[in-house]
Amino acid sequence: MLHTVNKSSFERNSLQSCLNTIDDTSVILLIEDGVISAAKNANSPMLADLATQGRVYALQGDVDARGISTKVADNIKLVDYAGFVDLVVEHGTAVSWV
Amino acid sequence: MKFSIQINEGPYQHQASDSAYQFAKAAIAAGHEIFRVFFYHDGVNNASRFTMPPQDDRNVVNQWAELDIKNADGEPELVVCIAAALRRGMLDESEAKKNGIEGNNIHPAFRISGLGQLIEAGIQSDRLVVFGD
Repeated sequence: MLHTVNKSSFERNSLQSCLNTIDDTSVILLIEDGVISAAKNANSPMLADLATQGRVYALQGDVDARGISTKVADNIKLVDYAGFVDLVVEHGTAVSWV
Repeated sequence: MKFSIQINEGPYQHQASDSAYQFAKAAIAAGHEIFRVFFYHDGVNNASRFTMPPQDDRNVVNQWAELDIKNADGEPELVVCIAAALRRGMLDESEAKKNGIEGNNIHPAFRISGLGQLIEAGIQSDRLVVFGD
């Protein structure tokens, strides 16, 4: 499954809810204000662990729009909208955490 | 692959409608089909033909209209939830007439219908992606 998170973890706990629920094969895509969690200093240990497994993505345009492109944690992969579409195709059911 | 999209948030609030639009455009560019876009909750405000943003800003409603998502019968597949729409003062011609109200504000590239259309979109499509608040 693909889990999208679109709110900052400073605003809502949707990322944490997602992390508490996610199974061993699912991936997370951070979009909109959700990309704030992709910054190195905002990283939760659980998210960092998933990122080292290559299971965390962030939407490039939203990262750039928030001025954090140089601060994205190393293991988080950046994708554009075409990459977003590919993730939805590849991972089946898409769950939106808001 | 067949995609449907659900939008739960109005235009110019956060980003849901813009994200969904960019996603739809990328999906079409990659050769996928958009079966239906369903506007629910405050998302129904994305269908107002009276939307007039400043000239240097994008027009979210017209952007959707220009995607021109239609079915084989030529009906729009930008579908607005009827209950959510009527609550928020969004009416098409027939609903305005039915309720004795002068004027209507649903853009002609959109159509009003029921929640069953969302369920059907979920069944008929390979993927349903939700954007919103």
